[in-house]
Amino acid sequence: MAEAQVKPRTLPYVAAITDGVRAVLREQDNAFVVGEDVAGAGGVYGYYKGILKEFGPDRIYDTPISEEGIVGLGVGASATGCRPIIDLMFMDFMGECMDEISNQMAKMRYMFGGRVTLPVTMLTMAGAGASLAAQHSQSLEAWICHLPGLKVVMPTTPYDAKGLIISAARDNNPVIVVLNKMSLGMMGEVPEESYAIPIGEANIVRPGANYTIVAIGRMVHEALKAAEQLKDLGIDAEVIDPRSLQPFDTATVVKSVEKTHRALVVHEAVRFGGIGAEIASQIQELAFDYLDAPVARVGAPFSPVPFSPALEAHYVPNADRIVAEVKKQLGI
Amino acid sequence: MEQITDATLLDIHRRMIRIRIFEETAGKLMEDGKIPGALHLYVGQEAIASAVMVHLSNKDWITSTHRGHGHLIAKGGEFDQMFAELYGKATGYCKGKGGSMHISNLDLGMLGANGIVGGGPPIAVGAGFSNKFRKTDNVSVSFFGDGASNEGSFHEAANMAGLYKLPVIFICENNGYGEYTAQKNHQAIVDVADRAAGYGMPGVIVDGMDAIAVFEAAGEAIKRARAGEGPTLLECKTYRYFDHVGVRGMGLSYRTDEEVEQWRKRDPIESLEKRLADQGILSPEAAQAVHDEVRTQVQDSVRFAEQSPMPDPSTLLEDVYAA
Ligand SMILES: Cc1ncc(C[n+]2csc(CCOP(=O)(O)OP(=O)(O)O)c2C)c(N)n1
Ligand SMILES: [Mg+2]
Repeated sequence: MAEAQVKPRTLPYVAAITDGVRAVLREQDNAFVVGEDVAGAGGVYGYYKGILKEFGPDRIYDTPISEEGIVGLGVGASATGCRPIIDLMFMDFMGECMDEISNQMAKMRYMFGGRVTLPVTMLTMAGAGASLAAQHSQSLEAWICHLPGLKVVMPTTPYDAKGLIISAARDNNPVIVVLNKMSLGMMGEVPEESYAIPIGEANIVRPGANYTIVAIGRMVHEALKAAEQLKDLGIDAEVIDPRSLQPFDTATVVKSVEKTHRALVVHEAVRFGGIGAEIASQIQELAFDYLDAPVARVGAPFSPVPFSPALEAHYVPNADRIVAEVKKQLGI
Repeated sequence: MEQITDATLLDIHRRMIRIRIFEETAGKLMEDGKIPGALHLYVGQEAIASAVMVHLSNKDWITSTHRGHGHLIAKGGEFDQMFAELYGKATGYCKGKGGSMHISNLDLGMLGANGIVGGGPPIAVGAGFSNKFRKTDNVSVSFFGDGASNEGSFHEAANMAGLYKLPVIFICENNGYGEYTAQKNHQAIVDVADRAAGYGMPGVIVDGMDAIAVFEAAGEAIKRARAGEGPTLLECKTYRYFDHVGVRGMGLSYRTDEEVEQWRKRDPIESLEKRLADQGILSPEAAQAVHDEVRTQVQDSVRFAEQSPMPDPSTLLEDVYAA
C-alpha cells in the first residue's frame, strides 16, 4: 500500500522509472542494473540518467549487445544471491532471449522443486505510435503472461511506474515490468519516498455505474477519454487498469461487471490471441448471469505494426475506436 | 589479385557520392521532422558498401543492418523509391510498411535493412545455403557491426557457414561503437576478425576508409566463395561521422570531437578523389560534376517522395500472407 505522501511532487513517467530504480538500489545492497547502454548513456530512453553517477560502476553495467546473455546473467545472478534489474531495451527483442525467459527464468524454480529463488526484475519498453515499424513497436505481453512462473506488470502512470518497479524488485520471483514509450513524457504525482504497489491488485481509475472498460497499458488513457465521450450516450463507464496482468485481479473485474452488466477489454496488442481474450473469457465464465451483452474487445488488427504514420494511425487503438466498439456492441 | 580498372574506380566513386549526399539529405529531413521515425546514417562508411557491391550482381544476395541505406544505394537502389519509403509513402520500396529500418529490394538482391541487431547473418547463411543448394555460383554477403558481432545469432551463423563451406562473406563494419558504447567496453578483443579462427574460415582485416583496399580484400573473399572454398570474415575498420541515430542525435558525450576530426581527415571520398586526380582518372572538376549531378537527383527524389500519396488505410492488412 502507498505510504502517506509527505510533499506532492510531479514527475514525468520517464523520471518516475529512474526514481523507482534509485529506490531499489538504495534499499537493496545486492541489487544492480545490467543492460545495453544503461550506464554511460543512461539508457536510450534516458530512464537510467544519473544512476551511474549516484551509485557508481559497481551497481550499473553496460553490456554487449547480447540479450540472451543479459537475461541469462539475470537468471544466474538471482539464483545465487543477487537481485538484478535487467534491461531489455525494446520488448520486441524478447525474440533474442526467449529461451532464457521462457525455459530458464520462468521454470527453474518449479523444475528444481522449489529449491531455487529468482528475484530478478526485467524492465522493457513496449508500444507503437512512434513510427518505429514492426520490430520496435510491439506489445507482446501475451507471450509472457502465458508462462507460469513469471509475473507481468504494466505501469500506466508515473506513480505506478515507480511503485511497481519497487514491488517487482522486492518480489522473490521474476517480474517483467512492461513500460510504454509513448507515455514517457506523461506527468503525474510521484512521492519522494519508497512505496510499493501490490502486484496483482487492479486499480479502478474511474468509477462508473453501468459499463466496465478493462484497459491494458497505455490504453487506460484512451479508455478515460472514451469514457468522457460515452457520457453523451448515457453511459457511465468504470475504467479498470489491471496494472498487473500476471497475476490478474479477476475479482475486481468481475465485481465491476456484476454492477455494470456490460464490459469491453482494450489493449494495444494484436486482438487475436491477446490478453483481452483471456479477460473476456474469465468475465463470461464468472459473471455470465450478470451480462447484458457479449464482452467486447478492442485491439490492433492482425498485421505487424506498419511504419507509415498514415497506416500506424489506423493500427493503434484509440478512444474513438473504443467508443465505436461500444456502440456496435450495444446496437447504438 | 584482380587489377582494378578505371571504370570500376569511377563506379565506386559514384556509389560513394550517391550514399553521402542521400544520407546527408535524409539526416537533415529527419531532424527537421519531415521524415518520421529513426534514421541510422552511413556517412563515413561509404567505401565499404560501394567497393564490395561492385563485385556483385543482382543475383548475389546481401543482408544489411539498421544502418542500411548505404547498402541498398550501393546495390543499385533508386532514390525515388528510397526517399518515398523513408517518408512512409505508398510509392516506397516497401509501400510505406517498412521505413528506414526495413528498406529492401529483392530484385536487387537486397534482403533488407534490419531492426534487429544480428538479424542479418543467419539470413545470409540461408541465402548462401540456397545458392549452393540451387547450384548457382552466387554468393551472399552479410554486413553487420562490431556490436552485432556479440549477438549469439552471429556465432551460430558463422559456425554453420564454416561447417557447410557456404558461399557467404561476413563483412564486419567495425566503426568502434555499438550505439554509445565503445568497442573496448563491449568486447575483450580488438579485431573481430580474430573470431574467424573459431569458425574455420579466414579472418581478414582491411582499412574500411580505403575503397581500393576494400575492393581488393572483398574481391578475394568473393572469389573464394564463388569457387566453393567457403566463407570469409572480412573486418573493415571504419567510423560513423554522425551520431548513432540522426546527425546530431542525443548529444551524449561518448566520444570526443577530436576523435571524429581525426577520422574525418581520412575521409574515404576525399582520399579516393585525390587518388583519382593524381592518376589523371578524374579531375577535381569532373568529381564536382558528379556531386552536383547526384545532388540534383536527390532533390528531385525528395520532391517525388513529398508529392507521393500516403498508403491507403485499406492496405493495412495486405501483405501479411501470400496468396
Ligand atoms: C537485438 C537488438 N538489440 C539491440 C538493438 C538496439 N540497437 C540498435 S543499433 C545498436 C548498435 C549496433 O551496433 P553495431 O552492430 O556496431 O552497428 P552500428 O550501429 O555501429 O552500425 C543497438 C544496440 C537492436 N536494434 N536489436
Ligand atoms: Mg558499430
